[in-house]
Amino acid sequence: MNRSTIDLWVGIFVTLGFGAILFLALKVGNLTNVGSTPGYRIEAPFDNIGGLKLRAPVKAAGVAVGRVEKIRLDPKTFQAVVTMKIDNGYEFTADTIASILTSGLLGEVYIGLDTGGDTKTLAEGGRITKTQSAVVLEKLIGQFLFDRAADGSGK
Amino acid sequence: MPVAEIGNGVVRVLRRVGAGTIDMIARLGYAARFFGAVAWNTPAAFRRIHLTLREIYFSGVLSLVIILVSGLFVGMVLALQGYDVLNRYGADDSLGVLVALSLVRELGPVVAGLLFASRAGSAITAEIGLMKTTEQLSAMEMMAVDPLARVVAPRFWGGVISMPLLAALFSTMGVYGAYLVGVRLIGIDPGAFWGNMQAAVDVRTDVVNGIIKSVVFGTAVSLIAVFEGYVAKPTAEGVSSATTRTVVESSLAILALDFILTVFMFRGVA
Repeated sequence: MNRSTIDLWVGIFVTLGFGAILFLALKVGNLTNVGSTPGYRIEAPFDNIGGLKLRAPVKAAGVAVGRVEKIRLDPKTFQAVVTMKIDNGYEFTADTIASILTSGLLGEVYIGLDTGGDTKTLAEGGRITKTQSAVVLEKLIGQFLFDRAADGSGK
Repeated sequence: MPVAEIGNGVVRVLRRVGAGTIDMIARLGYAARFFGAVAWNTPAAFRRIHLTLREIYFSGVLSLVIILVSGLFVGMVLALQGYDVLNRYGADDSLGVLVALSLVRELGPVVAGLLFASRAGSAITAEIGLMKTTEQLSAMEMMAVDPLARVVAPRFWGGVISMPLLAALFSTMGVYGAYLVGVRLIGIDPGAFWGNMQAAVDVRTDVVNGIIKSVVFGTAVSLIAVFEGYVAKPTAEGVSSATTRTVVESSLAILALDFILTVFMFRGVA
């Protein structure tokens, strides 16, 4: 096997290999969603975050506008404080309501933002005060049973 | 049975265990020093870059066919089996996620590594072992050519460079195979297939960690292959047992390293 043939084949192999890595990054992994997209961070306290996880999407009107970056427990208020990174270009009013929602019955948990009518907008480090916690199915069922029992005893 | 005889038996067993342990540690130490020597001789080997290119050709390009075909079939089977289970829960749309995550995180690096160890690793060991048997390595030393720089380092680096590329090609073919079966054959919506996959696969935690895994496996397999060849007994039997050891040790090393890497990479990732 002479040298230029080997060089050619190695060239083809290396190009194919890097093409495959590029395919995995762009087509399979969607590089545009990687954390390096420029954005600003806002916080929101929730009484209960349910099954919210890191990197869960933040959606406004169903459109993904950012991701959950950090979840921690406030030791004073015992509320979960969720830090979200919102992509630059999207602005939300200061009275925006953040709620924890689930897509479908078993789908992923995400944060939905419903914007209000305030003229001020949230900037880096901003805080959403109006939040709606995750619906915990067990509590809902408990509530339902309790209501039924209360109805029954009233009759 | 007299007590003295039992005592002798116990001593014999203990002695054998001790000898085995010392042998193992000595071998490990020799392997580590050998690795250092290969690294030391790398600049000299890279000064004649065509030697390394030649080895990339032998271990990378010639492994292409088996890697591509295996990747395609693994992807197709994953899609068929995954669809069977996901369909029971009405989660057909997650097929792309299942296939892509399994391939990129685990199957790509591991299966490509196992194939690489048996296809290229065994060949490297046999080649170096035979060179030693026919005293070509000694002849090189006589001519003041260091066999580590001339023979061992190019083969080592050829394997290290080829392995991640082969693993990436394996994963790519697997995803394509899953696309063929899932979308074309079964009829899952292509938008859901690719869309859910892209939403779930993270470049940093999944793709990059998969590549890191394949680099580690490539290094381990190449090192084991050149080491076993280099220390093989210079007989026909010695070369044959060295080749067998390469495949066995590489496969075990890949599986053990995979477990360790997975614990560090994916523990706590949602």
